[in-house]
Amino acid sequence: MAENAKNAILRRIRAAVAAAPATAPIPRDYAQRDTRDRGAILADLVDRLEDYKARVTRTTLARLPDAVARVCGELAITTLVTPSDLPDLWLPTTITLLRDDPPLSLAQLDGSEGVITGCEVAIAQTGTIILTCGVGQGRRLISLVPDRHLCVVRASQVVGILPEGIAQIMDQPTRPMTLIAGPSATSDIELSRVEGVHGPRTLYVLLVEDD
Amino acid sequence: MSRKPLPMFPQAAKTALTDMQLRRNLGKATTTIRAKRGKVVGEMPDWEELRAAGSAIKATTMRHLDEYLTQLEAAVTQAGGQVHWARDAAEANDIITRLVQAQGATQVVKVKSLTTDEIHLNDALAQVGVNAIETDLAELIIQLAGERSSHILVPAIHKNRSEIRDLFRRTIARGEDLTDEPTMLAAVARRYLRAQFLAAEVAISGANFAVAETGTICVLESEGNGRMCLTLPKTLITVMGIEKVIPTFRDFEVFLQLLPRSSTGERMNPYTSLWTGVTPGDGPQNFHLVLLDNGRTNVLADEVGRQTLHCIRCSACLNICPVYQRTGGHAYGSVYPGPIGAILTPQLLGLDRAKTLPYASTLCGACYEVCPVKINIPDVLLHLRGEIGAHAGPFNSEAMAMRQLAGIFAHPQRYERAQRLARRGQRLVQHDGVIDHLPGMLGGWTIARDLPNIPQQSFREWWRARQKAAE
Repeated sequence: MAENAKNAILRRIRAAVAAAPATAPIPRDYAQRDTRDRGAILADLVDRLEDYKARVTRTTLARLPDAVARVCGELAITTLVTPSDLPDLWLPTTITLLRDDPPLSLAQLDGSEGVITGCEVAIAQTGTIILTCGVGQGRRLISLVPDRHLCVVRASQVVGILPEGIAQIMDQPTRPMTLIAGPSATSDIELSRVEGVHGPRTLYVLLVEDD
Repeated sequence: MSRKPLPMFPQAAKTALTDMQLRRNLGKATTTIRAKRGKVVGEMPDWEELRAAGSAIKATTMRHLDEYLTQLEAAVTQAGGQVHWARDAAEANDIITRLVQAQGATQVVKVKSLTTDEIHLNDALAQVGVNAIETDLAELIIQLAGERSSHILVPAIHKNRSEIRDLFRRTIARGEDLTDEPTMLAAVARRYLRAQFLAAEVAISGANFAVAETGTICVLESEGNGRMCLTLPKTLITVMGIEKVIPTFRDFEVFLQLLPRSSTGERMNPYTSLWTGVTPGDGPQNFHLVLLDNGRTNVLADEVGRQTLHCIRCSACLNICPVYQRTGGHAYGSVYPGPIGAILTPQLLGLDRAKTLPYASTLCGACYEVCPVKINIPDVLLHLRGEIGAHAGPFNSEAMAMRQLAGIFAHPQRYERAQRLARRGQRLVQHDGVIDHLPGMLGGWTIARDLPNIPQQSFREWWRARQKAAE
């Protein structure tokens, strides 16, 4: 019987590298930790998020429902999609909630005014928010299909640089994850940046400092 | 697959250089992206350390590629995915078309993928009646226009907004009146593609990275079309070159810093998706990973050339290259243009099919300086030129001319006699104060460059005259 493709490729690889020299250990001399103080790191996150056209409001846990209500008012949102396990304490009573339990249909998500989720970790240096479908984050679709994404970031979830962010998600590597840096964008037409193609056109971050 | 040689670069470049719009658009694009890259790379005090780590991770991966691929296959399978191996384009296309047909789909949505362009997957799908819809805005534009990509990051950069407006009006906007505002054009694409996403049964993607230890696949993008394709359909088929595997999840801490800054000049691209096999209740419930060789093991076998496989397709070398910046991607005749294309394409296809590409460079070395994984492109170019020379044998005209020249250069009398002869003869080939057209075989040298005039007095003649006068 003819050799199958897997064996053929592996055999070719082994023949190709048989005479290659052993490789040196990987030098990991790049920065592993951000040594700046918390205030500077949080300020950096806000700066980087805004630089990539996300909108940011800073609040406290006690005032979070008011802040959510204010943002919804600003964006003319009356109904919000939420993951099934988003804490009730975060949400104002003035907004109608569409909980993803049982799972909402595509049509419901497509027709919705916006979604609110938490996150797993946020990276200041790159203005990146990581969703891992963990608590308060929901399945990937709910933070993708609605046109506005309100994302609650707790100050304690903010790290300085990317290696610290990867360290936070490394223990659950097989969960589906999305790293978000600003709203969806394209520069494909004459290199003019347009915010909002397929993902949410508005990303509103609520940065919650601990009381 | 056709075994035809690619068009000769010097001729294709000449055509491209006369396209003023292409040159204007490319000049603007490469300059802008280069400046953005320079700024965000400058922000990183540990950039050189990251490059060193990226280069070392890739070198280690290639040295043990068989082990990492086997590990990747096991991890993906463990997570509920299915892994397929393809020796070449035909085998990959066959696997993918059968998978699509098994779902009964007549339409698939696609995430931008150079690898699928390399194997001409869309043509293979069309042959069995499956319509592949490109969902990246630029890819959609060139697909609707029936054109080819001119830049790996911004493939439609050769087109102006008014051309795109006319194209959309004729096609996806069905005659609707449009302005040429990029915001409006993007909105038209959003509306058209959203309907396609919501109806799609099967998506096809490439991969930027695949982690051997966990089976996690990674795709970086900006628009959200990737997230749509990776989340909405029931079936997802990912095609990746075997060199895209990385050993550990931790290695993301290096590559997710190197790639966006080198590619779009952003600190981070808007969306990065990571997934591992199948997750119940979230995303596609059938996941297939196709591992493609298609010439890569040949590249791996070459001691100097194998570093070409470290490439993470950022396009920094395109934007910095004085040759690419002027000719654009079409002149390279392959899906991989620019400096990286000049070394990758001839190695993937065979030197006989792309023997002019290693010469599409001034060897200035800027591409090596910006490469996030430190591929020494000038070294590989010279190595390939050497191979081409060696392959041509001792009786080809260039080798014979070089031997003749060596004989002349080896003896002062012969050299001076040749100089005098050339000085007298040069009037025939001079034009506007330079030699711009050498006769016969030597003409190849002057296709793309001028030669200065041979001076009326050589240094040795001047020296002899000076000594004489001093006596």
